[in-house]
Amino acid sequence: MSAFRAILGKDLRVELRTLQSVPAMALFAVTTFVIFRYGLDRTALSGSLAAGVLLAAVLFAAILAINRLFVTERDEGGFEAIRLAPVDGTVLLAAKAVALVVYLLVLEAIAVPVFAIFFLDGWGGLAALAGVLVLVDVGLAAPGVLVSSIAANSRARDLLVPLLLLPLLVPMMIAAANAAEPLLVAGGPSYAGTGKWLAILALYDVVFLLVGYAVYDFLLED
Amino acid sequence: MVFTGFALARFTWDNRPVAEIAAVQQESAVANRSASPGAVVVAGLWREFGERAVLRDVSFELPGGATLAILGPNGAGKTTLLRVLATLLRPTSGTVSVLDCELPRQAWRARGRIGYLGHEPLLYRDLTCAENLRFQARLYGLPSEDEERIDSLLNQVRMSRRADELVRNLSAGMVQRVAVCRAVLHEPELLLLDEPRSHLDPEAAALVEPLIGSAPGRSRALVTHDVEAGLAEADLVLALRAGGAVAYAGAADGLSAGDARAIYGGRP
Repeated sequence: MSAFRAILGKDLRVELRTLQSVPAMALFAVTTFVIFRYGLDRTALSGSLAAGVLLAAVLFAAILAINRLFVTERDEGGFEAIRLAPVDGTVLLAAKAVALVVYLLVLEAIAVPVFAIFFLDGWGGLAALAGVLVLVDVGLAAPGVLVSSIAANSRARDLLVPLLLLPLLVPMMIAAANAAEPLLVAGGPSYAGTGKWLAILALYDVVFLLVGYAVYDFLLED
Repeated sequence: MVFTGFALARFTWDNRPVAEIAAVQQESAVANRSASPGAVVVAGLWREFGERAVLRDVSFELPGGATLAILGPNGAGKTTLLRVLATLLRPTSGTVSVLDCELPRQAWRARGRIGYLGHEPLLYRDLTCAENLRFQARLYGLPSEDEERIDSLLNQVRMSRRADELVRNLSAGMVQRVAVCRAVLHEPELLLLDEPRSHLDPEAAALVEPLIGSAPGRSRALVTHDVEAGLAEADLVLALRAGGAVAYAGAADGLSAGDARAIYGGRP
Protein backbone atom coordinates (compact mmCIF):
# COMPACT_ATOMS: atom_id res chain seq x y z
CA MET A 1 0.00 0.00 0.00
CA SER A 2 2.95 2.29 0.69
CA ALA A 3 4.07 2.17 -2.96
CA PHE A 4 0.49 2.59 -4.21
CA ARG A 5 -0.01 5.67 -2.05
CA ALA A 6 3.37 7.02 -3.10
CA ILE A 7 2.65 6.75 -6.85
CA LEU A 8 -0.92 8.04 -6.55
CA GLY A 9 0.17 10.89 -4.28
CA LYS A 10 2.98 11.79 -6.66
CA ASP A 11 0.63 11.89 -9.66
CA LEU A 12 -1.96 14.03 -7.91
CA ARG A 13 0.70 16.36 -6.52
CA VAL A 14 2.29 16.83 -9.96
CA GLU A 15 -1.13 17.45 -11.54
CA LEU A 16 -2.03 20.02 -8.88
CA ARG A 17 1.31 21.70 -9.42
CA THR A 18 1.38 21.70 -13.21
CA LEU A 19 -2.35 21.53 -14.13
CA GLN A 20 -1.46 19.66 -17.30
CA SER A 21 -4.49 17.39 -17.68
CA VAL A 22 -7.66 18.34 -15.80
CA PRO A 23 -8.04 21.97 -16.98
CA ALA A 24 -7.55 20.87 -20.60
CA MET A 25 -10.13 18.10 -20.15
CA ALA A 26 -12.67 20.49 -18.62
CA LEU A 27 -12.13 23.10 -21.30
CA PHE A 28 -12.50 20.46 -23.99
CA ALA A 29 -15.77 19.13 -22.51
CA VAL A 30 -17.31 22.59 -22.06
CA THR A 31 -16.29 23.62 -25.58
CA THR A 32 -17.86 20.43 -26.91
CA PHE A 33 -21.15 21.33 -25.20
CA VAL A 34 -21.05 24.81 -26.73
CA ILE A 35 -20.43 23.32 -30.18
CA PHE A 36 -23.32 20.85 -29.76
CA ARG A 37 -25.59 23.56 -28.44
CA TYR A 38 -25.13 25.76 -31.48
CA GLY A 39 -24.40 22.94 -33.95
CA LEU A 40 -27.63 21.14 -33.16
CA ASP A 41 -29.45 24.44 -32.65
CA ARG A 42 -31.25 22.92 -29.65
CA THR A 43 -31.67 24.41 -26.19
CA ALA A 44 -32.80 21.12 -24.68
CA LEU A 45 -31.78 17.52 -25.18
CA SER A 46 -33.20 14.37 -23.69
CA GLY A 47 -32.92 10.60 -23.76
CA SER A 48 -30.36 8.97 -26.01
CA LEU A 49 -29.24 12.24 -27.63
CA ALA A 50 -28.48 13.81 -24.25
CA ALA A 51 -26.67 10.66 -23.10
CA GLY A 52 -24.69 10.57 -26.35
CA VAL A 53 -23.56 14.20 -26.11
CA LEU A 54 -22.51 13.89 -22.48
CA LEU A 55 -20.70 10.57 -22.87
CA ALA A 56 -18.94 11.60 -26.09
CA ALA A 57 -17.61 14.71 -24.37
CA VAL A 58 -16.40 12.70 -21.35
CA LEU A 59 -14.85 10.02 -23.58
CA PHE A 60 -12.81 12.41 -25.72
CA ALA A 61 -11.80 14.50 -22.72
CA ALA A 62 -10.61 11.28 -21.07
CA ILE A 63 -8.45 10.51 -24.12
CA LEU A 64 -6.56 13.76 -23.44
CA ALA A 65 -5.67 12.58 -19.94
CA ILE A 66 -4.93 9.01 -21.01
CA ASN A 67 -2.45 10.32 -23.58
CA ARG A 68 -0.55 12.15 -20.87
CA LEU A 69 -0.84 9.54 -18.12
CA PHE A 70 2.65 8.04 -18.54
CA VAL A 71 4.47 11.01 -20.05
CA THR A 72 6.37 11.79 -16.84
CA GLU A 73 7.18 8.12 -16.29
CA ARG A 74 8.66 7.91 -19.78
CA ASP A 75 10.41 11.29 -19.92
CA GLU A 76 11.72 11.42 -16.35
CA GLY A 77 12.60 7.78 -15.78
CA GLY A 78 9.62 6.89 -13.62
CA PHE A 79 9.19 3.51 -15.30
CA GLU A 80 12.78 2.60 -14.44
CA ALA A 81 12.64 3.99 -10.92
CA ILE A 82 9.57 1.88 -10.22
CA ARG A 83 11.01 -1.23 -11.88
CA LEU A 84 14.19 -0.90 -9.82
CA ALA A 85 12.16 -1.00 -6.60
CA PRO A 86 10.61 -4.14 -5.10
CA VAL A 87 7.19 -3.09 -6.32
CA ASP A 88 4.67 -5.21 -8.20
CA GLY A 89 3.86 -3.71 -11.60
CA THR A 90 0.16 -3.89 -10.85
CA VAL A 91 0.69 -1.32 -8.10
CA LEU A 92 1.63 1.16 -10.83
CA LEU A 93 -1.43 0.10 -12.84
CA ALA A 94 -3.74 0.54 -9.84
CA ALA A 95 -2.28 3.91 -8.86
CA LYS A 96 -2.50 5.26 -12.42
CA ALA A 97 -6.07 3.97 -12.81
CA VAL A 98 -7.14 5.61 -9.55
CA ALA A 99 -5.42 8.86 -10.55
CA LEU A 100 -7.30 8.80 -13.87
CA VAL A 101 -10.60 8.14 -12.09
CA VAL A 102 -9.90 11.14 -9.83
CA TYR A 103 -9.21 13.33 -12.90
CA LEU A 104 -12.47 12.13 -14.48
CA LEU A 105 -14.47 12.77 -11.31
CA VAL A 106 -13.14 16.33 -11.18
CA LEU A 107 -13.92 16.73 -14.88
CA GLU A 108 -17.48 15.51 -14.34
CA ALA A 109 -17.95 17.76 -11.32
CA ILE A 110 -17.39 20.63 -13.75
CA ALA A 111 -18.84 19.24 -16.98
CA VAL A 112 -22.11 17.71 -15.76
CA PRO A 113 -23.51 20.94 -14.23
CA VAL A 114 -22.51 22.83 -17.39
CA PHE A 115 -24.21 20.13 -19.47
CA ALA A 116 -27.34 20.34 -17.30
CA ILE A 117 -27.46 24.13 -17.60
CA PHE A 118 -27.06 23.96 -21.38
CA PHE A 119 -29.35 21.07 -22.19
CA LEU A 120 -31.54 19.69 -19.40
CA ASP A 121 -35.00 20.81 -18.34
CA GLY A 122 -34.86 18.99 -15.03
CA TRP A 123 -31.98 17.82 -12.84
CA GLY A 124 -33.84 14.87 -11.30
CA GLY A 125 -31.79 12.14 -12.97
CA LEU A 126 -28.38 13.56 -12.14
CA ALA A 127 -27.93 11.71 -8.85
CA ALA A 128 -28.46 8.35 -10.53
CA LEU A 129 -26.37 9.53 -13.49
CA ALA A 130 -23.46 10.01 -11.07
CA GLY A 131 -23.52 6.25 -10.39
CA VAL A 132 -23.41 5.52 -14.12
CA LEU A 133 -20.52 7.95 -14.57
CA VAL A 134 -18.49 6.32 -11.79
CA LEU A 135 -18.78 2.98 -13.60
CA VAL A 136 -17.91 4.75 -16.88
CA ASP A 137 -14.83 6.28 -15.22
CA VAL A 138 -13.58 2.88 -14.08
CA GLY A 139 -14.40 1.52 -17.55
CA LEU A 140 -12.30 4.27 -19.13
CA ALA A 141 -9.47 3.95 -16.61
CA ALA A 142 -8.92 0.18 -16.67
CA PRO A 143 -8.26 -0.26 -20.42
CA GLY A 144 -7.00 3.34 -20.66
CA VAL A 145 -4.04 2.68 -18.37
CA LEU A 146 -3.13 -0.49 -20.25
CA VAL A 147 -3.23 1.20 -23.65
CA SER A 148 -1.48 4.31 -22.37
CA SER A 149 1.45 2.35 -20.99
CA ILE A 150 1.73 0.35 -24.24
CA ALA A 151 1.74 3.57 -26.26
CA ALA A 152 3.96 5.54 -23.87
CA ASN A 153 7.21 4.50 -25.51
CA SER A 154 5.98 5.09 -29.03
CA ARG A 155 6.56 8.30 -30.95
CA ALA A 156 3.02 7.88 -32.33
CA ARG A 157 1.57 7.89 -28.82
CA ASP A 158 -1.11 10.48 -29.57
CA LEU A 159 -2.29 8.41 -32.51
CA LEU A 160 -1.97 4.99 -30.90
CA VAL A 161 -4.06 5.70 -27.82
CA PRO A 162 -7.33 6.50 -29.63
CA LEU A 163 -6.60 3.88 -32.30
CA LEU A 164 -6.20 1.07 -29.77
CA LEU A 165 -8.51 2.32 -27.06
CA LEU A 166 -11.67 3.44 -28.88
CA PRO A 167 -12.55 -0.01 -30.26
CA LEU A 168 -12.10 -1.48 -26.76
CA LEU A 169 -14.43 1.15 -25.34
CA VAL A 170 -17.32 0.57 -27.78
CA PRO A 171 -19.12 -2.05 -25.62
CA MET A 172 -18.71 0.10 -22.53
CA MET A 173 -20.05 3.20 -24.29
CA ILE A 174 -23.07 1.27 -25.61
CA ALA A 175 -23.88 0.05 -22.10
CA ALA A 176 -23.28 3.51 -20.61
CA ALA A 177 -25.50 5.23 -23.18
CA ASN A 178 -28.29 2.73 -22.55
CA ALA A 179 -27.94 3.11 -18.79
CA ALA A 180 -27.94 6.93 -18.99
CA GLU A 181 -30.72 7.31 -21.57
CA PRO A 182 -33.74 6.73 -19.23
CA LEU A 183 -32.16 8.98 -16.60
CA LEU A 184 -32.09 11.93 -19.01
CA VAL A 185 -35.56 11.69 -20.59
CA ALA A 186 -37.66 14.83 -20.63
CA GLY A 187 -40.20 14.95 -17.83
CA GLY A 188 -38.13 13.13 -15.23
CA PRO A 189 -35.96 10.06 -14.97
CA SER A 190 -37.13 6.51 -15.38
CA TYR A 191 -35.18 3.63 -13.87
CA ALA A 192 -36.70 0.80 -15.90
CA GLY A 193 -34.03 -1.33 -17.54
CA THR A 194 -31.15 0.69 -16.07
CA GLY A 195 -30.08 -2.14 -13.77
CA LYS A 196 -29.27 -4.50 -16.64
CA TRP A 197 -26.99 -1.94 -18.30
CA LEU A 198 -25.32 -1.04 -15.01
CA ALA A 199 -24.57 -4.74 -14.50
CA ILE A 200 -23.02 -4.91 -17.97
CA LEU A 201 -20.95 -1.80 -17.20
CA ALA A 202 -19.78 -3.32 -13.93
CA LEU A 203 -18.90 -6.58 -15.69
CA TYR A 204 -16.89 -4.65 -18.31
CA ASP A 205 -15.00 -2.87 -15.51
CA VAL A 206 -14.24 -6.11 -13.68
CA VAL A 207 -13.07 -7.84 -16.86
CA PHE A 208 -10.61 -5.06 -17.76
CA LEU A 209 -9.36 -4.73 -14.18
CA LEU A 210 -8.65 -8.48 -14.19
CA VAL A 211 -6.95 -8.31 -17.59
CA GLY A 212 -4.80 -5.43 -16.33
CA TYR A 213 -3.89 -7.34 -13.19
CA ALA A 214 -2.99 -10.41 -15.23
CA VAL A 215 -0.89 -8.81 -17.97
CA TYR A 216 0.53 -5.58 -16.57
CA ASP A 217 3.80 -7.01 -15.30
CA PHE A 218 4.50 -8.40 -18.78
CA LEU A 219 3.96 -4.93 -20.26
CA LEU A 220 6.36 -3.29 -17.83
CA GLU A 221 9.21 -5.73 -18.36
CA ASP A 222 11.76 -5.20 -21.11
CA MET B 1 -11.31 -19.45 -19.45
CA VAL B 2 -9.24 -16.70 -21.03
CA PHE B 3 -8.98 -14.72 -17.82
CA THR B 4 -8.17 -17.80 -15.77
CA GLY B 5 -5.40 -18.37 -18.30
CA PHE B 6 -4.09 -14.82 -17.83
CA ALA B 7 -4.15 -15.23 -14.07
CA LEU B 8 -2.34 -18.59 -14.26
CA ALA B 9 0.24 -17.15 -16.64
CA ARG B 10 0.89 -14.29 -14.27
CA PHE B 11 1.55 -16.46 -11.27
CA THR B 12 3.55 -19.11 -13.10
CA TRP B 13 5.66 -16.43 -14.77
CA ASP B 14 6.90 -14.57 -11.75
CA ASN B 15 5.89 -16.92 -8.97
CA ARG B 16 5.65 -14.14 -6.39
CA PRO B 17 2.66 -13.70 -4.18
CA VAL B 18 1.99 -10.14 -3.05
CA ALA B 19 2.77 -11.03 0.57
CA GLU B 20 6.21 -12.16 -0.50
CA ILE B 21 6.83 -8.87 -2.29
CA ALA B 22 5.87 -7.03 0.88
CA ALA B 23 8.40 -9.18 2.73
CA VAL B 24 11.07 -8.21 0.23
CA GLN B 25 10.19 -4.55 0.73
CA GLN B 26 10.66 -5.02 4.47
CA GLU B 27 13.88 -6.88 3.86
CA SER B 28 15.20 -4.09 1.67
CA ALA B 29 14.56 -1.64 4.46
CA VAL B 30 16.90 -3.43 6.83
CA ALA B 31 20.19 -1.65 6.97
CA ASN B 32 23.74 -2.95 7.14
CA ARG B 33 23.29 -6.41 5.73
CA SER B 34 26.38 -8.29 4.73
CA ALA B 35 26.88 -9.02 1.04
CA SER B 36 26.74 -12.56 -0.27
CA PRO B 37 29.97 -14.32 -1.32
CA GLY B 38 29.29 -13.90 -5.05
CA ALA B 39 27.51 -10.58 -5.40
CA VAL B 40 27.40 -10.94 -9.18
CA VAL B 41 28.06 -14.06 -11.24
CA VAL B 42 27.73 -13.78 -15.01
CA ALA B 43 28.36 -16.66 -17.39
CA GLY B 44 28.08 -16.61 -21.18
CA LEU B 45 25.89 -13.51 -21.24
CA TRP B 46 24.61 -12.36 -24.62
CA ARG B 47 22.34 -9.41 -25.07
CA GLU B 48 20.95 -8.57 -28.47
CA PHE B 49 18.83 -5.69 -29.70
CA GLY B 50 17.12 -7.12 -32.77
CA GLU B 51 19.87 -8.59 -34.94
CA ARG B 52 22.66 -6.65 -33.23
CA ALA B 53 24.58 -8.25 -30.37
CA VAL B 54 25.65 -5.66 -27.80
CA LEU B 55 27.14 -8.11 -25.30
CA ARG B 56 28.90 -11.24 -26.59
CA ASP B 57 29.62 -14.14 -24.30
CA VAL B 58 30.47 -12.02 -21.26
CA SER B 59 31.54 -13.92 -18.14
CA PHE B 60 32.88 -12.60 -14.85
CA GLU B 61 32.37 -12.81 -11.12
CA LEU B 62 32.22 -10.01 -8.57
CA PRO B 63 32.77 -11.25 -5.01
CA GLY B 64 30.83 -9.64 -2.17
CA GLY B 65 32.38 -6.42 -0.91
CA ALA B 66 34.59 -5.96 -3.98
CA THR B 67 34.62 -3.23 -6.62
CA LEU B 68 34.54 -3.98 -10.34
CA ALA B 69 35.56 -1.34 -12.87
CA ILE B 70 33.94 -1.78 -16.27
CA LEU B 71 36.04 -0.20 -18.99
CA GLY B 72 35.63 0.02 -22.72
CA PRO B 73 35.08 2.38 -25.63
CA ASN B 74 31.72 3.85 -26.58
CA GLY B 75 29.37 1.15 -27.82
CA ALA B 76 31.15 -1.64 -25.95
CA GLY B 77 27.99 -2.49 -24.00
CA LYS B 78 29.01 -1.16 -20.56
CA THR B 79 25.68 0.56 -19.91
CA THR B 80 23.75 -2.41 -21.30
CA LEU B 81 25.63 -4.73 -18.94
CA LEU B 82 24.85 -2.51 -15.98
CA ARG B 83 21.18 -2.39 -16.97
CA VAL B 84 21.06 -6.18 -17.18
CA LEU B 85 22.54 -6.39 -13.67
CA ALA B 86 20.03 -3.79 -12.46
CA THR B 87 17.19 -6.04 -13.78
CA LEU B 88 16.11 -3.37 -16.26
CA LEU B 89 17.06 -5.52 -19.28
CA ARG B 90 16.69 -9.25 -19.72
CA PRO B 91 19.65 -11.30 -20.91
CA THR B 92 19.13 -12.78 -24.37
CA SER B 93 21.06 -15.88 -23.27
CA GLY B 94 23.51 -16.90 -20.58
CA THR B 95 23.12 -16.91 -16.83
CA VAL B 96 23.19 -13.89 -14.56
CA SER B 97 23.04 -14.14 -10.78
CA VAL B 98 22.84 -10.98 -8.68
CA LEU B 99 22.91 -11.24 -4.89
CA ASP B 100 22.11 -14.95 -5.18
CA CYS B 101 19.07 -14.21 -7.33
CA GLU B 102 18.93 -15.66 -10.80
CA LEU B 103 17.89 -13.09 -13.40
CA PRO B 104 15.37 -12.53 -14.79
CA ARG B 105 13.38 -15.19 -12.90
CA GLN B 106 14.14 -13.86 -9.42
CA ALA B 107 14.58 -10.21 -10.38
CA TRP B 108 11.94 -9.14 -7.89
CA ARG B 109 14.05 -10.55 -5.04
CA ALA B 110 17.16 -8.65 -6.13
CA ARG B 111 15.34 -5.35 -6.64
CA GLY B 112 15.45 -3.29 -3.52
CA ARG B 113 18.92 -4.62 -2.69
CA ILE B 114 20.47 -2.92 -5.71
CA GLY B 115 21.29 0.77 -6.02
CA TYR B 116 21.46 1.98 -9.62
CA LEU B 117 22.83 5.29 -10.80
CA GLY B 118 22.61 5.52 -14.57
CA HIS B 119 22.78 8.29 -17.13
CA GLU B 120 19.31 9.50 -16.19
CA PRO B 121 18.79 10.79 -12.64
CA LEU B 122 15.36 9.06 -12.32
CA LEU B 123 13.95 12.09 -10.52
CA TYR B 124 10.65 13.81 -11.26
CA ARG B 125 11.28 17.36 -12.39
CA ASP B 126 8.04 18.69 -10.89
CA LEU B 127 8.77 17.33 -7.43
CA THR B 128 11.23 18.86 -5.01
CA CYS B 129 14.44 17.08 -4.02
CA ALA B 130 12.95 16.02 -0.68
CA GLU B 131 9.67 14.89 -2.30
CA ASN B 132 11.60 12.77 -4.79
CA LEU B 133 13.55 11.06 -2.02
CA ARG B 134 10.39 10.55 0.07
CA PHE B 135 8.74 8.98 -2.99
CA GLN B 136 11.70 6.62 -3.38
CA ALA B 137 11.64 5.77 0.32
CA ARG B 138 8.00 4.72 0.06
CA LEU B 139 8.67 2.63 -3.06
CA TYR B 140 11.30 0.75 -1.10
CA GLY B 141 9.06 0.40 1.93
CA LEU B 142 11.40 2.35 4.17
CA PRO B 143 9.92 3.36 7.53
CA SER B 144 8.62 6.89 7.88
CA GLU B 145 11.34 7.75 10.37
CA ASP B 146 13.76 7.53 7.45
CA GLU B 147 12.93 11.22 6.96
CA GLU B 148 16.05 11.73 9.06
CA ARG B 149 18.07 9.71 6.58
CA ILE B 150 16.76 11.86 3.73
CA ASP B 151 17.81 15.01 5.60
CA SER B 152 21.18 13.49 6.40
CA LEU B 153 21.85 12.45 2.78
CA LEU B 154 20.88 15.86 1.42
CA ASN B 155 23.09 17.43 4.04
CA GLN B 156 26.02 15.23 3.06
CA VAL B 157 25.82 16.37 -0.56
CA ARG B 158 25.18 19.97 0.56
CA MET B 159 21.67 20.10 -0.88
CA SER B 160 19.80 20.73 2.38
CA ARG B 161 19.12 24.35 1.50
CA ARG B 162 17.71 23.29 -1.88
CA ALA B 163 15.65 20.39 -0.46
CA ASP B 164 12.36 22.13 -1.16
CA GLU B 165 13.29 23.30 -4.62
CA LEU B 166 11.84 21.67 -7.73
CA VAL B 167 14.31 19.41 -9.50
CA ARG B 168 13.60 21.22 -12.79
CA ASN B 169 15.18 24.36 -11.31
CA LEU B 170 18.47 22.71 -10.37
CA SER B 171 21.72 22.57 -12.33
CA ALA B 172 22.89 19.24 -13.79
CA GLY B 173 25.49 18.85 -11.03
CA MET B 174 22.92 19.41 -8.30
CA VAL B 175 20.54 16.95 -9.93
CA GLN B 176 23.36 14.39 -10.01
CA ARG B 177 23.99 14.90 -6.28
CA VAL B 178 20.32 14.25 -5.53
CA ALA B 179 20.40 11.25 -7.88
CA VAL B 180 23.28 9.82 -5.82
CA CYS B 181 21.11 10.21 -2.69
CA ARG B 182 18.30 8.38 -4.50
CA ALA B 183 20.57 5.49 -5.47
CA VAL B 184 21.89 4.91 -1.94
CA LEU B 185 18.78 5.87 0.06
CA HIS B 186 17.81 2.24 0.77
CA GLU B 187 21.39 1.25 1.66
CA PRO B 188 21.83 -1.24 -1.18
CA GLU B 189 24.17 -4.21 -0.98
CA LEU B 190 25.17 -3.78 -4.61
CA LEU B 191 25.82 -0.40 -6.21
CA LEU B 192 25.73 -0.16 -10.00
CA LEU B 193 27.27 3.14 -11.04
CA ASP B 194 27.39 4.40 -14.61
CA GLU B 195 29.84 7.29 -14.73
CA PRO B 196 28.63 8.55 -11.34
CA ARG B 197 30.82 11.62 -11.30
CA SER B 198 29.52 13.02 -14.57
CA HIS B 199 28.32 16.64 -14.24
CA LEU B 200 30.15 16.92 -10.89
CA ASP B 201 32.94 19.38 -10.23
CA PRO B 202 35.87 18.10 -8.11
CA GLU B 203 34.35 19.46 -4.90
CA ALA B 204 30.96 17.86 -5.58
CA ALA B 205 32.66 14.60 -6.57
CA ALA B 206 34.40 14.60 -3.20
CA LEU B 207 31.07 15.20 -1.46
CA VAL B 208 29.41 12.15 -3.01
CA GLU B 209 32.46 9.93 -2.53
CA PRO B 210 31.48 8.65 0.96
CA LEU B 211 28.08 7.69 -0.41
CA ILE B 212 29.18 5.80 -3.50
CA GLY B 213 32.71 4.85 -2.53
CA SER B 214 33.95 1.56 -1.20
CA ALA B 215 32.36 0.49 2.09
CA PRO B 216 32.35 -2.72 4.13
CA GLY B 217 29.77 -5.20 2.87
CA ARG B 218 28.99 -3.18 -0.23
CA SER B 219 29.79 -4.50 -3.70
CA ARG B 220 30.16 -2.09 -6.58
CA ALA B 221 30.23 -2.24 -10.36
CA LEU B 222 31.49 1.01 -11.77
CA VAL B 223 31.47 2.14 -15.40
CA THR B 224 34.09 4.80 -16.00
CA HIS B 225 36.13 6.32 -18.81
CA ASP B 226 38.78 7.51 -16.36
CA VAL B 227 41.09 4.52 -16.76
CA GLU B 228 43.61 5.47 -14.06
CA ALA B 229 40.95 6.28 -11.48
CA GLY B 230 38.99 3.15 -12.34
CA LEU B 231 42.05 0.91 -11.96
CA ALA B 232 43.02 2.59 -8.70
CA GLU B 233 39.55 2.28 -7.24
CA ALA B 234 38.73 -1.26 -8.34
CA ASP B 235 39.67 -4.72 -7.13
CA LEU B 236 38.65 -6.25 -10.45
CA VAL B 237 38.42 -5.03 -14.00
CA LEU B 238 36.14 -6.06 -16.83
CA ALA B 239 37.28 -4.53 -20.09
CA LEU B 240 34.95 -4.75 -23.06
CA ARG B 241 35.91 -4.24 -26.69
CA ALA B 242 33.73 -2.29 -29.12
CA GLY B 243 31.07 -4.82 -30.05
CA GLY B 244 30.66 -6.23 -26.57
CA ALA B 245 33.30 -8.99 -26.36
CA VAL B 246 35.45 -9.32 -23.24
CA ALA B 247 39.01 -8.06 -23.63
CA TYR B 248 40.08 -8.60 -20.02
CA ALA B 249 38.43 -9.90 -16.91
CA GLY B 250 40.53 -10.23 -13.80
CA ALA B 251 42.35 -8.46 -11.00
CA ALA B 252 42.84 -4.71 -11.39
CA ASP B 253 46.56 -4.99 -10.69
CA GLY B 254 46.86 -7.47 -13.58
CA LEU B 255 46.11 -4.76 -16.13
CA SER B 256 48.31 -1.74 -16.71
CA ALA B 257 46.87 1.63 -17.64
CA GLY B 258 48.62 1.34 -20.99
CA ASP B 259 47.03 -2.03 -21.72
CA ALA B 260 43.65 -0.65 -20.64
CA ARG B 261 44.04 2.29 -23.03
CA ALA B 262 44.86 -0.11 -25.84
CA ILE B 263 41.34 -1.50 -25.49
CA TYR B 264 40.10 1.90 -26.57
CA GLY B 265 42.10 1.51 -29.80
CA GLY B 266 44.66 4.07 -28.69
CA ARG B 267 42.05 6.52 -27.48
CA PRO B 268 42.19 7.42 -23.77
